[in-house]
Amino acid sequence: MDLSAILIDWLPFLVTGIIATLGLVLSALGVGFIIGLPAAIGQVYGSRPVAFLINVYIWFFRGLPLLVLLFLFYFGIFPAIGLGDVSPFVVGALVLGLHGGAYQAEIFRGAILSIDEGQMTAARSLGMSRTQAIRHIVLPQALLIALPGWSNEYPTVLTDTSVCYAIGVAELLTRASVIVSTEYIAMPIYLACAGLYLILNYAGMKALHLLERRVSVPGFESGSNWT
Amino acid sequence: MDQIAFIVEILLPALWGGFVVTLGLIACTAPFGVLIGAAVAVGRVYGNRPVQYLCRAYVTFFKGCPLLLLLFILYFGLPSVGISLSPFVAAVLGFIFCNSAYDSEYIRGSIRSIKEGQFTAGLALGMSRAQVIRHVILPQAMRRSIPGLVNEFVYLIKYSSLAYMITVIELTGAGKMVATRYFTYNETFFVVGLVYLFLVTLTTIGAHLLERRVSLPS
Amino acid sequence: MTTDDIILRVEGLHKSFGSTEVLKGVSFTVRKGETKVFIGPSGTGKSTLLRCINQLIVPDAGRVYLHGEEVTHAGAKINQYRAKIGMVFQNFNLFDHLTAVRNVEIALIKVKGMKENEAREKALFELRRVGMEDRADHYPAQLSGGQAQRVSIARALAMDPDVMLFDEPTSALDPELTGEVLEVIRSLARAGMTMLIVTHEMRFALSIADELLFMEHGRILESGSPAELATSPNFERTRQFAGRFAEL
Repeated sequence: MDLSAILIDWLPFLVTGIIATLGLVLSALGVGFIIGLPAAIGQVYGSRPVAFLINVYIWFFRGLPLLVLLFLFYFGIFPAIGLGDVSPFVVGALVLGLHGGAYQAEIFRGAILSIDEGQMTAARSLGMSRTQAIRHIVLPQALLIALPGWSNEYPTVLTDTSVCYAIGVAELLTRASVIVSTEYIAMPIYLACAGLYLILNYAGMKALHLLERRVSVPGFESGSNWT
Repeated sequence: MDQIAFIVEILLPALWGGFVVTLGLIACTAPFGVLIGAAVAVGRVYGNRPVQYLCRAYVTFFKGCPLLLLLFILYFGLPSVGISLSPFVAAVLGFIFCNSAYDSEYIRGSIRSIKEGQFTAGLALGMSRAQVIRHVILPQAMRRSIPGLVNEFVYLIKYSSLAYMITVIELTGAGKMVATRYFTYNETFFVVGLVYLFLVTLTTIGAHLLERRVSLPS
Repeated sequence: MTTDDIILRVEGLHKSFGSTEVLKGVSFTVRKGETKVFIGPSGTGKSTLLRCINQLIVPDAGRVYLHGEEVTHAGAKINQYRAKIGMVFQNFNLFDHLTAVRNVEIALIKVKGMKENEAREKALFELRRVGMEDRADHYPAQLSGGQAQRVSIARALAMDPDVMLFDEPTSALDPELTGEVLEVIRSLARAGMTMLIVTHEMRFALSIADELLFMEHGRILESGSPAELATSPNFERTRQFAGRFAEL
């Protein structure tokens, strides 16, 4: 059988893998955002103990290899708390989210700190509470500033999802490996797989750039860098 | 079994061998990563069209291709075209490709940030283009790249764990073997994680010292 | 005049930053419709004084009363007082992510609880007052310094403040742009707005002030009406300081 026929045969199988990979990406970015933004706010505006705890979280999840985190959660923590039956996909999505949250927190923290103090002062002078000033004045600006850096997380996260292969998540790389071991052709399958990652990379960045252009506000323009 | 006894008597001795392999992977990768990264960066900024194009393709491919897939290509894929590498060599090669692609981005940014006048002044003194790049531009650009290169070094420490996926028994692999045998996943990967945290934190501190040593008055 | 006319009373404000004492006991009262102008060398606590009035900086000692109610130690009520004390900053501090009209209406909506369309109407009215209606949909980055400062005045005015504080409103502007801002402030004075102004524009200060207060080293050293400046012995140190300005 020639290569194109093999690829067509396996196409639905691969597409399911792509969907799983994208699911992992969305979870990493989404869960990461839900954790990262409050973590950054806590770091900047929280009390000492809160900021300390968040620092420990960031230090831990940025300092450990993703592979070790996956092993730790999948083989260790989840079974230990009685969740041994949870699917590898859920564990992978959660670990990528916790991992991504630590990186995103740093991005958002930098953005919050870069905003001129006069913005807060002016908001307070109009009678806004601290919470209102953070919510309506500081955060919208911080998000605009953070967006390019946040977009640049996408390619990293996309390649990171492949590490979930190690705990048996049926994502793109895992499925490519299944094809390799079934059909006994390695190189073309792997290269096709690499091509798919490059396409996902390009398409995702394109989408994020559209988003950036859509929400752009004069005075906040600065594109994310990509090659 | 008592956890402390397990960690001291079984786990740590078992991890030692893997730890040495991890250090070996990092040591074999980092210098080449920086060197090739610098070469690719210079190619992208100062090369002619084809060279620029090639260097750009190099970066796009090795940044966009997941490292784990790259390792599979080098270890499981290459034998099908008649090239067989040992797991260690395949891992180091993969790390060098990946590391150099990322390093080159930082170095390229630094080269671009250096004022045009530096190049002109070098040429005016009679230096060749290559001499200006080598003796004027790169010494400045490499200094400015240190924070980025350190960042990538930290990534290298962490992603060296992927070598286990192509059967290199480094730190994570050694841990996995102990954890499976004694069924002590929590303790083992926690300790393995601490070793990585130790390496990463040590690097960060060392980088600060290095930065201060090589910094120029400005 | 009766004490009912007194809008703002400041009593014995003290403030130190580290070992530097910036305010060493400042007291004065402000009547309705009055314009007080603070002048004096840089770094003598004029900006700090304004920020102590609306508690953006908490004074170490002393009290501030608005309509007889204490603003200092107001606790959570401080936000209500701040809403009644308009402030205009040297660097405008417009909210960079919002258009001009959104800048003016955001506090109306979030602090005063106004409805969107009501707030929009009020915001456009205020922008018209400062001659910025046609720039309502511009972002701060798209405005000149003078325009930005006029929008920031409209933002403060929209809250219907009892008193306006101007902290060197023209210091960050190119000379050719100060005129439009000063003209807006003049029109407010004519309309009877109560104002405290810190400025280095001596000619403007003389023309607009009901009372001129000369501050140095954290104290109000001399004060009086502008008419007294040229002759009165009350203004000896002020004349010395002002003598350095060619326009006098």
